[in-house]
Amino acid sequence: METMFDLSTLAVNDDGYLLNADDWSPEVAHAIAAEHGIALTDPHFAVLQYLRDRVAEGTPLTIRRIGKSGLVSIKEFYGLFPGGPLKVSSRIAGIPKPASCV
Amino acid sequence: MKTLLILGAGTAGTMMANRLRKALPRDAWAIRIVDKTDTHLYQPGLLFVPFGMTEPESLRRPTRDLLPDDIDLLVGEVAEVTPEAHEVRLADGRTLGYDVLVVATGTTPRPEETPGLDGELWYRDAFDFYSYDGAVALRDRLATWEGGRMVIFLAESIFKCPVAPLEFAFLADAFFEERGIRDRVEITYVTPLSGAFTKPKAAAFLGDLMGKKGITVVPDFYAERVDEDRKVLVSYDDQEVPFDLLVAVPINMGADFVDASDMGDVDDLNYVPTDRHTLQSRDHPDVFVIGDATNVPASKAGSVAHFESEILVENILHHIAGEPLAASFDGHANCFIETGHGKAALIDFNYDTEPLPGRFPMPVVGPMSLLRESRLNHLGKLAFEWIYWHVLLTGRPLPVSTALSMAGKHVGEDETVDDAVAEPA
Repeated sequence: METMFDLSTLAVNDDGYLLNADDWSPEVAHAIAAEHGIALTDPHFAVLQYLRDRVAEGTPLTIRRIGKSGLVSIKEFYGLFPGGPLKVSSRIAGIPKPASCV
Repeated sequence: MKTLLILGAGTAGTMMANRLRKALPRDAWAIRIVDKTDTHLYQPGLLFVPFGMTEPESLRRPTRDLLPDDIDLLVGEVAEVTPEAHEVRLADGRTLGYDVLVVATGTTPRPEETPGLDGELWYRDAFDFYSYDGAVALRDRLATWEGGRMVIFLAESIFKCPVAPLEFAFLADAFFEERGIRDRVEITYVTPLSGAFTKPKAAAFLGDLMGKKGITVVPDFYAERVDEDRKVLVSYDDQEVPFDLLVAVPINMGADFVDASDMGDVDDLNYVPTDRHTLQSRDHPDVFVIGDATNVPASKAGSVAHFESEILVENILHHIAGEPLAASFDGHANCFIETGHGKAALIDFNYDTEPLPGRFPMPVVGPMSLLRESRLNHLGKLAFEWIYWHVLLTGRPLPVSTALSMAGKHVGEDETVDDAVAEPA
């Protein structure tokens, strides 16, 4: 197995989310995913790219929106990122923790 | 003669009509407003209906009485907007032209979007309180309910008045306590968010209050369906929460014409893509959007619509004059949170500044406490009903600044609020 990216070199917030979106790379994603016990595959990366694109546009993310992305159903999203799928996938995607407007 | 057309005569649309009538010359601009009903509902009052704290009839007034005589009010359902043709078609076939369009059609609960919610349990053991009928039906059910598992459940993370379900939980706790059956009621708060609230300081304050009141919070629960036979909420990852009485905040969606006109966002919640600062439609320069109908990342709340209306009137005048849209909305929201037993908290925040503790300056009555329970806040919430009808909707100025002010707010990490105002007992 390849050596994982050393995450301790990156600036993160208290919840472990990257502070600088530019620090993100697929290698970083693999390393964060490993902390969640997830081995990333192509379907994971398709979702991660979708999340990054939406955040770059400045649009708020919801689980429902991912389900309407055409990439995965909500059930499949939960399957790819067990637990809190939006929180977990956002962390792996190197984007801020999803906050609602409240 | 040019026409400014407003879709929706709720809080945002009525405020815009009144403000624009003062701002636009009568000999050059006609103002027309369309709503699906002829009755205006004071939505913040619905929260109190289930607990018998307010008479539902008192919350409704004829829309006509809230508008100047020379504003044309049409009752009808908007079927489609064609921005390229500057035309709006109503469901009854009428077509209306416009030079400038203001979309203020809000958002509504859609219980039918969650399988099993809108079925045989609906208005028997499952209710919403964001609709007049739902609030009244829930009041009648609570009047004779003898206890059990009450589950308050948020179907989606974007919905109007985000503090209302928290207030409902606090008021329910007080209601059952006052009826002497609190020990026979389990209150559970089920949310797709990571806690009772997401912005850190308010989340800590409100989470703490939930604990003190014995309300269990189930976070990160995204409901897939209601199992009607077993009376269980089921999430997408197969968690289950059983209930005897379900109080739902159903999925909220903007008006159907938004989808029919292909004006919606990429998710299918029918919110119109809107510039978060200018409030102009991102796709159509002669279309402006206000209140719950937008997709801007601010709370869907009356206070937000109020602050937006001040910005939007300015920007519509700039637009008509061919000037840059100079006025900029900062996401300002200001909400009372009823906490039960005659007390309330107050939060004040915007796109960039989370709700902070401290004091909120208020002329005449004196400063109100932020992120802290007080009686004065509760009185403020009650007084707001009069202000709503007589000051807010009519477009008269309120003594609250449009942009968020940091005056009185504590920004330090470990500031306490023990210097908060003395309150009337």
